Amino acid sequence: MTLLRPRSAAEALKLYAQSPGALPLAGGTDFMVAWNAGLANDRVVLDLAGLEAWRRIAATKTTITIGALATHADIQRHTAVRRHLPLLVEACAMVGGLQIQNRGTLGGNIANASPAGDTFPPLAVYDAEVELASARGRRRVPFGSVFAGVKKTVLEPGELIAAIHVPVPRRPTRALWRKVGTRAAQAISKTMAAGLLWLARDGTIAELRFALGSMAPTVRRLASVEAHVKGRRPDRELAREAAALVARDVAPIDDIRSTAEYRLAVSQNLLASFLTRET
Amino acid sequence: MKRLSLRVNGTLQRYDGPPFTRLIDVLREDWGLTGTKEGCGEGECGACTVLLDGKPVNSCLIPVCHAAGRKVQTVEALGTPGKLAALQEAFLTEGGAQCGICTPGMLMTAWAYVKKGGSDDPGAIRRELAGNLCRCTGYQHIVNSVASAVRKQRRSRAAKRR
Repeated sequence: MTLLRPRSAAEALKLYAQSPGALPLAGGTDFMVAWNAGLANDRVVLDLAGLEAWRRIAATKTTITIGALATHADIQRHTAVRRHLPLLVEACAMVGGLQIQNRGTLGGNIANASPAGDTFPPLAVYDAEVELASARGRRRVPFGSVFAGVKKTVLEPGELIAAIHVPVPRRPTRALWRKVGTRAAQAISKTMAAGLLWLARDGTIAELRFALGSMAPTVRRLASVEAHVKGRRPDRELAREAAALVARDVAPIDDIRSTAEYRLAVSQNLLASFLTRET
Repeated sequence: MKRLSLRVNGTLQRYDGPPFTRLIDVLREDWGLTGTKEGCGEGECGACTVLLDGKPVNSCLIPVCHAAGRKVQTVEALGTPGKLAALQEAFLTEGGAQCGICTPGMLMTAWAYVKKGGSDDPGAIRRELAGNLCRCTGYQHIVNSVASAVRKQRRSRAAKRR
């Protein structure tokens, strides 16, 4: 194994351009499992531990910028994140246990692109953007477009996740985060839901944002449902209609953790009860 | 390879092997600190928990180079058989240990929790210990042990203020 240990972002991007086959290492909570299994023996490792600047979380009136190397624990502690992005805070508190939250980073979570990434449904409903950096420059990708499939991202060779930008949302009428798994902690989810709902003065739905995780190769916003409910009253009839549309935007599977049927039914129930305020 | 130094249980330790050796292996094999146990080796069970700069981490997932220049505390920092720490006494009197494999990790996570002034609320303790699995399933007694240590610390702090 060859170990590259840059001390700055510029140096890291230069080294990565020279060795695009290198494995970037952040908190190591996924990487070290592969390393311990001997899967990284012959690889070049780009250790990002020296990039302190990429660990910062900064907030303005309109945007919260979370450095890719901020840990799940850092995110939970940050005052502006707690105030404006409570669903992300709740999700970070359900990633593994305390030990994983103290080491695992948000950028690493995204880069590993698990269909079950706990932070993804909140980032999807918060309309986050992912800032990618390479020696050639920087670009921003909407959160929903960063994943290319199971464990795959649209990152190009030599590109690293530098930061996640989240627009400060106006205060929703109600919000939902729910992880459904075998056990509260450590378990990988069967399904996960994040929702934000804004009601107009007349009680109709001004906007709904609803995302599901573990229900498709990547996190999914329920575009059909979101469009259907706009301008309607959030009553039981609408909840039934919305639930019937969920399957259009997801593709759940049977696997070791659950079945497609169960996943869909629970997700439909989470959506319906969120709309009618029964959660 | 560059020499690394770590402050382990208050003592400066030097290390000059491969930088990607797991922290748990360096602790146990290079420095003989065998109190730290390995369970799953994948960050699922928390048996190998140590404190890195005061925070619980899985030592099986930390390359030793990431601990360079930092403070590491293992269960050996808590107490000795002749002079147990209050938290260890609590585990002893409340029956918080059965087979013992999870105990060093439980103690380290719980120690960080007690030190930061955690409450004796069983729900809060369970959330904090969620990353530590006990295959004997002795959770109730472990939670009781931690709650008892929290209350004891509170009493002794109150007594000092008086």
